[in-house]
Amino acid sequence: MENSFIIDKLYKAFGQDILKMDTSSDILAFTVACPVIHEVICFLKENENMNFNFLTDLCGIHYPDRGLPLGVVYHLHNMAENKRLRIKTFVTLNDPNIPTVTDLFSSANWMERETYDFYGIVFTGHPNLKRILNVEYMDFFPMRKEYPLEDPTREDKDDRYFGR
Amino acid sequence: MIATLEDKQYTTLNLGPTHPATHGIFQNVLTLDGEQIIDAEQTIGYIHRAFEKIAEHRPFYQITPLTDRLNYCSSPINNIGWHMTVEKLLGVKTSKRVDYMRIILMELARITDHLVCNSVIGVDSGALTGFIYVFQEREKVYEIYEEVSGARLTTNMGRIGGFERDLSPKAVKKIREFLDHLPKVLHEFEKLLMRNRIFMDRTIGVGPISGERALNYGFTGPNLRAAGVDYDVRVMTPYSSYDDFEFTIPVGTQGDTYDRFCVRQQEIWESVKLVRNALENLPEGNFHVDVPQFFLPPKEEVYSKMEALIWHFKIVMGEIEVPVGEVYHSVEGGNGELGFYLVSDGGRTPYRLHFRRPGFIYYQAYPEMIRGGVLSDAILTMSSMNVIAGELDA
Repeated sequence: MENSFIIDKLYKAFGQDILKMDTSSDILAFTVACPVIHEVICFLKENENMNFNFLTDLCGIHYPDRGLPLGVVYHLHNMAENKRLRIKTFVTLNDPNIPTVTDLFSSANWMERETYDFYGIVFTGHPNLKRILNVEYMDFFPMRKEYPLEDPTREDKDDRYFGR
Repeated sequence: MIATLEDKQYTTLNLGPTHPATHGIFQNVLTLDGEQIIDAEQTIGYIHRAFEKIAEHRPFYQITPLTDRLNYCSSPINNIGWHMTVEKLLGVKTSKRVDYMRIILMELARITDHLVCNSVIGVDSGALTGFIYVFQEREKVYEIYEEVSGARLTTNMGRIGGFERDLSPKAVKKIREFLDHLPKVLHEFEKLLMRNRIFMDRTIGVGPISGERALNYGFTGPNLRAAGVDYDVRVMTPYSSYDDFEFTIPVGTQGDTYDRFCVRQQEIWESVKLVRNALENLPEGNFHVDVPQFFLPPKEEVYSKMEALIWHFKIVMGEIEVPVGEVYHSVEGGNGELGFYLVSDGGRTPYRLHFRRPGFIYYQAYPEMIRGGVLSDAILTMSSMNVIAGELDA
């Protein structure tokens, strides 16, 4: 399966909703607008020419300096042709809602919960969106960049000595 | 009083978090009708250690010890997988000797991983003997690790670009001895369980999953192959010169506990073959490639040579150039596709590092697999899935 084939098909189906394309990294990557993310993943999974029927990975990422700081990265895999694809979508901090893909992939359930747990991204339509690895009463999202690794009130450790 | 369907009462049973039969810290709140499982709710995260957050604050070479603690039954695979991810980002091509040494160690790790899992299936079905017996072999592999890296369980093995030292003659001798002795033990272990009526009755048809559901649930590794899907990262996307070798990928049909056991057992044989082939054909050469920006120079040179001192200083103080970019690299871990998604902004530490932990992804299928079965089968299903707490909770 050629990159150009996927690019062609995807642009034909979602034209203006594809915000960015990256052919320079190891895996062909697209950034798509948040409202259509479910349709894009669904198209890639169920279109007979695409057949990306395996969700390898789903994780969050945080770029505090960007206009749309919170992102979700999907890694899809077409096992029959051994082709991988990376799809990204970004949202704002005030409206961190992204449609769930649990109806397409059962594996997305915990991965979305993990992403919610660490980044506070809300997956709308998720059957059981609650924290998974952290304690339930935690009131912040620890993987966001503004949260320090260690307790910032500690005085016995100086980050400069640790090369940070 | 005979209960009608409407006012039927179920028993709620807490299995875990610290239960001897779960082999790790997992909690399952089971809803039982007598002994039959109606539903299960899982709670995980008891040993969550925030590795992804810690990794964002550590230079690349200091992340290896974190990977040790993911699937701690096969640490070398995690270590080497991480090194290969960084090499992919840097565009470093390793030499054949490094590749073959890596194959030897990764396959030894796979053997121990499968030995632990399969012998534990035996324990949970009532056969403790096999467990104790194969653990002697696992001990021998740990001695090999010790020869190669100095550590046993959390190995921190290898470096970015290769290994910190060459395979010593003693290590090679130990590997050969292990390879000569293991088949005998494996045959005995198989004789004990493979065609044992009790074992077969306890495992066949227990905790089954279809290939289609397994794919939808993100299964990889032996669990997926037991369900009949022949996906193996070593063959699909060969890394570390796996394509130089010929080996078979065993596949099951039913996706039940017995198939998972058999697939692992067969994979051990394939791994033995791979280790032997790699050792026989081990090319001459250096045990690491030339990446002075990441490979710490030998200590005696640091004390006597200017250039070595400079590189040592640069690596330790973090004054090296890292390319900007993102990579995904995956290796066939002991229990599935272990992936590393690394985003680099050119800084000293990763901007984002995500571990694709196979156990975390496929363990969510557990309630579906045990529903309708009995409690004692649920225990067997869990041990046959090879869920490792360290990897589950990262």
